[in-house]
Amino acid sequence: MNKVMSNKWMIAFYVLPALILVGILIFIPLGLSAYYGLMDWNGIGDMEFIGMENYITAVQDMKFWDSAFHSFLLAFFSTLSLIVYLAISMILASKIKGADLLRKIYLIPMLLSSVAIAQLWIKVFNPSNGILNKMLMGLGVDNPPAWLANPDIVLYAIFIPILWQYAGFYILIYYAALKNIPESLIEAAKIDGASPLQIAYRIKLPLIAGVVKVTIVLAIVGSLKYFDLIYVMTGGGPNGASEVMASYMYKLAFSTNDFGYGSAIGFLLLVITLIVTVIVRKLTADKEELQY
Amino acid sequence: MNRLGYIFLYLCLGLVAVFQILPIVWLFLFSLKGNREIFAGSPFALPQEWKWENYLTVWEGGIGTYFFNSVWITVVAIILTSLLASMATFAITRMQWKLSSLVLGLFMVGLMIPIHSAIIPLFNMFLNVNLIDNPWSIVITYTAYNLPITMMILLGFYYTLPREIEEAAIIDGCSIHRLFFRIILPMTTPVLSTIVIINMIYNWNEFVFVNTFISSDQYKTLTVGIQNFIGQYMTDWGAIGATLIISLLPILLAFIFFSNKVVEGISSSAVKG
Repeated sequence: MNKVMSNKWMIAFYVLPALILVGILIFIPLGLSAYYGLMDWNGIGDMEFIGMENYITAVQDMKFWDSAFHSFLLAFFSTLSLIVYLAISMILASKIKGADLLRKIYLIPMLLSSVAIAQLWIKVFNPSNGILNKMLMGLGVDNPPAWLANPDIVLYAIFIPILWQYAGFYILIYYAALKNIPESLIEAAKIDGASPLQIAYRIKLPLIAGVVKVTIVLAIVGSLKYFDLIYVMTGGGPNGASEVMASYMYKLAFSTNDFGYGSAIGFLLLVITLIVTVIVRKLTADKEELQY
Repeated sequence: MNRLGYIFLYLCLGLVAVFQILPIVWLFLFSLKGNREIFAGSPFALPQEWKWENYLTVWEGGIGTYFFNSVWITVVAIILTSLLASMATFAITRMQWKLSSLVLGLFMVGLMIPIHSAIIPLFNMFLNVNLIDNPWSIVITYTAYNLPITMMILLGFYYTLPREIEEAAIIDGCSIHRLFFRIILPMTTPVLSTIVIINMIYNWNEFVFVNTFISSDQYKTLTVGIQNFIGQYMTDWGAIGATLIISLLPILLAFIFFSNKVVEGISSSAVKG
């Protein structure tokens, strides 16, 4: 038995195809990204080693800082929106008829491609013919805004389809966690005279704190990497008002052919994501694990 | 709780449901209308004449090719990912070797990588081996980037498989290949269906890789194809709506028929984000 199950050739046969693929297509590019970041390179010609110059440029590049600010703003909104999702999940998990069907309906936007979502919402936001402004005009608003063309509101406008896309996902996760809380705990609290709000805040919330922390990390890291929807909806515009880190990097490499600088920004994106993940994990670290 | 309270709660939940569904309903309705009706009429009115020809026009105008590319690339990548992930998970969880936990760790690190940090070098690598503008670059990229999450979903299942089955099989003189392909793999069907669904959603919806690696129309998938296509039909809302509905349909159908599997897959892939 042991001899058969520890045959080196067999182990290699089973594990190597996957390992080689992941090594070549995920890990080597990551290393190369750090390396290209040290080069002056237009993607076709020769590379020239310029040391930390790209990173120094990045630190002084206001466009990069603006895009980073927008990414962090999205991360902040996404984290705030978790409160709403949590509230909806609490309601949904409190013996509501049709809860299963409702959470499936909520999930539908999550299944669609970001491109389709972006194209659909471009139409929703269309100044004269989109449903949003048609409804607003129906309600008597005379001059509804041109949502995606106005640099002051474009980022907030883009956040609406992001909410729409991810609501079902977070509700699904919270709902599952809430359903795992033993009924006896809730009953005991009711007998002790706790109000529904007290039960939600003092009992249910602490019991699913672990899941909430995971979703905070997901929301923040996911927002920092956000790309597809913004790239399709506005391309970062108007005038950089909705540029985020990933879209800025993409533009540098594939529109202006500045592959060296683009790689440096790409590597910064990786480093920032990892640092933020560690910080958020530390900040939300458990002092004591709740047992039930 | 009193009745009024419950009515209020249902109202809240109902409003959220309406917000989630309404844009898609609107999209479906305007995909069947002409511009005049879309611009002048009420947004949620049924079409006065149902313009199904919008669908025919865009299908024949090129969406058919993109659709076919999406289908074969998605299917081939799903098969490769499921097979390679199952084999690697089998070797890591069931076979005895010293480096197994280290290798598992490597795969799991792959979960945390933002693809944008790897895309420039990846583009250059494919350029050097002549795989740019070749659909196989997309297939192997999808396979590689979905392996970590797929293995993570498989792991839990493989750990719970009873050892006795392997022992009995090996004592009976069964080879490793026979054990894996004839006994273990069929036993994992429930979790395999979950990973097929989750991979289908990822592959069908993926955009950045295709947008970066593919330039010829004949190899583009739906997500990138509809981008160009909408540029072409910019003013014809009915055609744009039909294009989008065609691109959503396979996933929506999968959801209608296998909604529990989809829910299971999405919750178990939560770490990917």
